[in-house]
Amino acid sequence: MPFALLKYGLNGDFPFEKDADLPPPVSLKKRYDVVIIGGGGHGVATAYYLAKYHGITNVAVLEKGYLGGGNTARNTAVIRSNYLTSDGVKFYSESVKLFQNLSNEFDFNIMYSKRGQLTLAHTDAAIRGFRQRTEVNKHFGGKTELIGPKEIKELVPTLNMNPGHQPVLAGLWHMDGATARHDAVAWGYAKGATQRGVELHQLTEVTDVVVENGKVTAVKAKQGSVDHIIECGVVVQAVAGHSSLLAEKAGFRLPITTYPLQAMVTQPVKPFLDPLVSSPAFHCYVQQTGRGELVFGGGSDPYPLYNSRSTLELKEELLAHAVELFPFMANLKLMRQWTGLTDMTSDYSPIMGESPVQNYYLDAGWGTWGFKATPICGKTMAELVATGKTPSLIKPFGAERFNDFRQVNEMGATAASH
Amino acid sequence: MKVMTCPLNGPRNINEFVFGGEVTPLPDLQAPDQAWAEHTFYSYNGTGVVREWWFHSASGYWFVAERDRTTDQIIKTYDPSELAADIRTAMLDVDRKMFGVERKTEEVAP
Repeated sequence: MPFALLKYGLNGDFPFEKDADLPPPVSLKKRYDVVIIGGGGHGVATAYYLAKYHGITNVAVLEKGYLGGGNTARNTAVIRSNYLTSDGVKFYSESVKLFQNLSNEFDFNIMYSKRGQLTLAHTDAAIRGFRQRTEVNKHFGGKTELIGPKEIKELVPTLNMNPGHQPVLAGLWHMDGATARHDAVAWGYAKGATQRGVELHQLTEVTDVVVENGKVTAVKAKQGSVDHIIECGVVVQAVAGHSSLLAEKAGFRLPITTYPLQAMVTQPVKPFLDPLVSSPAFHCYVQQTGRGELVFGGGSDPYPLYNSRSTLELKEELLAHAVELFPFMANLKLMRQWTGLTDMTSDYSPIMGESPVQNYYLDAGWGTWGFKATPICGKTMAELVATGKTPSLIKPFGAERFNDFRQVNEMGATAASH
Repeated sequence: MKVMTCPLNGPRNINEFVFGGEVTPLPDLQAPDQAWAEHTFYSYNGTGVVREWWFHSASGYWFVAERDRTTDQIIKTYDPSELAADIRTAMLDVDRKMFGVERKTEEVAP
């Protein structure tokens, strides 16, 4: 074994992954079949599946910053499918399945780690809600059950079962709950897409969308001080917190309000917390990373803003609740905090599908639940772009549901209610 | 502590207030469903100074705030009765153009 290692270290194939990096940047072409605006997880996943399953490779992903540098890097990397509606459970269950095989598919470790996710009920009303979610999950593919205080204590021995006036009464135990390295997901998709001929243009900001006779024909983009006009057959917008601003350039409004969402991380400690724990009543969720840090987050800010500033109020509130659940956390030091912009819809479900502009497709309204949908969103959006038909899995999530008053209510299924 | 000045109660901790959405024209009660969907779900949601409804929860009082959505600076706050005449006119314009409804200024609920 040591000799094999030595031989491996000295031979010309080292390091093993010669093609680990993305190809060097190329000049923008005059025309692409598909332009994807936004080089986050969703954008590059859509490009990847377009190339892999549909043979469409004349694709440009335009990213104003760098690959996966927006909300892809700011979420808290929770993967789960224990939603409330049948539409939601079906959709997110497919995503969990795809996530489980991503490392193999990419030949690149996304550090997928199945831990289980535990949501706590502190009231009888919450238990009733959990019963409903358990049943819906059972029927539509999520692995979820309702458990009592004894089982909770076994799963999370360090949890304070009686935090003041809100004792822990029951838990929604979601066995498929997992986490993964969010950057690696974006890198894996980008690598796979570019190997198949997709172009990723970083530091390329879309400044305008050209619409003629109700149909998108080109986008205007800026690289440094150089302006480009890029003709395109189809445009997909996947820009998370900036969805409304981009849609305005294309000439329409979205049923979205943009709120900041703050999260934070402590210094690393010994591993003690296996499942991801959340409490909607406490507006708080906590998980321990592979490095031992505790990541926690809560609800969105109370009013809309396009700014990633942090506030003392939210930190105080969030930390107070986290310390109620895990009292010894009061001794930990906070290492970092950050904010992402979340495009919230009023029914807490995403918006995928057609827009008022022809050939202009929407991947928006991902609020605080975007990362966990990256694979399935990319796959279904690619199918929509390639065939022009909305896959049945995402049909309920079209923007038109707001015009017909057919919302998909996931309000009760967010990890920390907003 | 971020402070917001309530037109009724003076400067207060922002935690006492609830955001209530953008100030937009209320459609006519007889307007089609589409108009109500627009009003209920579709907002401007852009950057810059936006005119918003705010609610002081302790005193149950609704008022209007002009706030910069990029810097989080509160420009001014005032009682809804002070909504400028031009806003009411703008509301009537929207009514006419979007929904084909004619209303008089005094009929517009701000």
